[in-house]
Amino acid sequence: MLTKRIIPCLDIKDGRTVKGVNFIDIRDAGDPVELASLYAQQGADELVFLDISATDEQRKTFATLVKDIARHINIPFTVGGGISSVADVGPLLEAGADKVSVNSAAVRNPQLIDELSKAFGAQCIVLAIDARKIDNSWTVHTHGGKNPTDKKLFTWAKEGQERGAGEILFTSMDHDGTKNGFALDPLHKLHDLLNIPVIASGGAGIMGHFIDAFILGKADAALAASIFHFGEIKIPDLKLFLQQNGINTRIAK
Amino acid sequence: MKLAIIKYNAGNIQSVSFALERLGVDFSITDHPEEIRAADKVIFPGVGEASTTMRYLRDKKLDQVIISLKQPVLGICLGMQLMCRYSEENNTDCLGIFNETVKRFVPLGDMKVPHMGWNNLTLTNGWLDPAIENQYAYFVHSYYVPVNSTTMAITEYMHPFSAAIHQQNFYAVQFHPEKSAQTGNLVLKSFLTV
Repeated sequence: MLTKRIIPCLDIKDGRTVKGVNFIDIRDAGDPVELASLYAQQGADELVFLDISATDEQRKTFATLVKDIARHINIPFTVGGGISSVADVGPLLEAGADKVSVNSAAVRNPQLIDELSKAFGAQCIVLAIDARKIDNSWTVHTHGGKNPTDKKLFTWAKEGQERGAGEILFTSMDHDGTKNGFALDPLHKLHDLLNIPVIASGGAGIMGHFIDAFILGKADAALAASIFHFGEIKIPDLKLFLQQNGINTRIAK
Repeated sequence: MKLAIIKYNAGNIQSVSFALERLGVDFSITDHPEEIRAADKVIFPGVGEASTTMRYLRDKKLDQVIISLKQPVLGICLGMQLMCRYSEENNTDCLGIFNETVKRFVPLGDMKVPHMGWNNLTLTNGWLDPAIENQYAYFVHSYYVPVNSTTMAITEYMHPFSAAIHQQNFYAVQFHPEKSAQTGNLVLKSFLTV
């Protein structure tokens, strides 16, 4: 049976992981390859690497890093951050990434989703959507959640699917960082609305939140960053907990 | 042992070569017929669309090379599908090594297409290490090979389909061993020792 996926997310700047990482069992927590390898060994189902570098110069480092990641880890991974053209994506997939995520550039130029999907296949195009509830309406934001747009979560997600996105990565900015759980209502609504997988992001604090995301939110996968990086939740423990609660999950041998 | 990865416009060549590198296998990535024929084993990777890929293989005359190989050949994902007779993906005539029709998953209720993620393998018999039984492999595909007499492993998504097949010197898997963690390594090792 197809399993629910657990996805740690690593923010990368200038080739190094940035979000606070506190791991006692690795030598260099700033080394994305070492951290990624550890997650792969622990049973993470996929990884996401977001390049938050500000300059093009720093982004060049990222393509080299992607190849280094692919050389060392044996699970699928998505890369994103600053992707705005077909030309940006080719080298990343050739370097061994399995999928790319697009966010702000797709909002600016929705046609980008069509172009990427046609060039590389829907299965490797993830549409990342950051949204926050404003006046009772889920409003899409760009640039790491800084800028509100006139797009609404549900219509944008549906449009993304129709344009050829293979997956939706939905981050609720209202929940991100709160550790109070995922945004279950919009997740459930996205599930009913779409026929591509939805990744839940933002708000994970305890293991029970993942159960909620899968059962109540109907998410296909759940993504988190700091709770994994700081060891607050360990992936093997989480997988076991999910299994004990009747969620189909892959337990690494 | 010398292994050849068939070089063509497949999306996962880099990942397959890294997986072999991690296993310490000596390999080359090549589209030269002589070099492919001279290898002890051949891997036919694949990520992409069936009709475009078949056209590419025919243009390069790699289709004739592949069907004439006598050493063990491992097809991966689209590679497996192209080894069949025909694919519903843009009504494509394929290599015809396996006398099977590749079918499209029809979305069913909550079940989404493509079938993407980790799913477990049930071995029927044959070349795969028994340790793989009920282990999880990583799949990404919208088309599948139905269960048939050459099926060596079955996975269920909406219905059972072939996760692995084997006939004479041709072996193939629908999932991505290069991305399937320890299970993937066992699959590649199984092929390296057939």
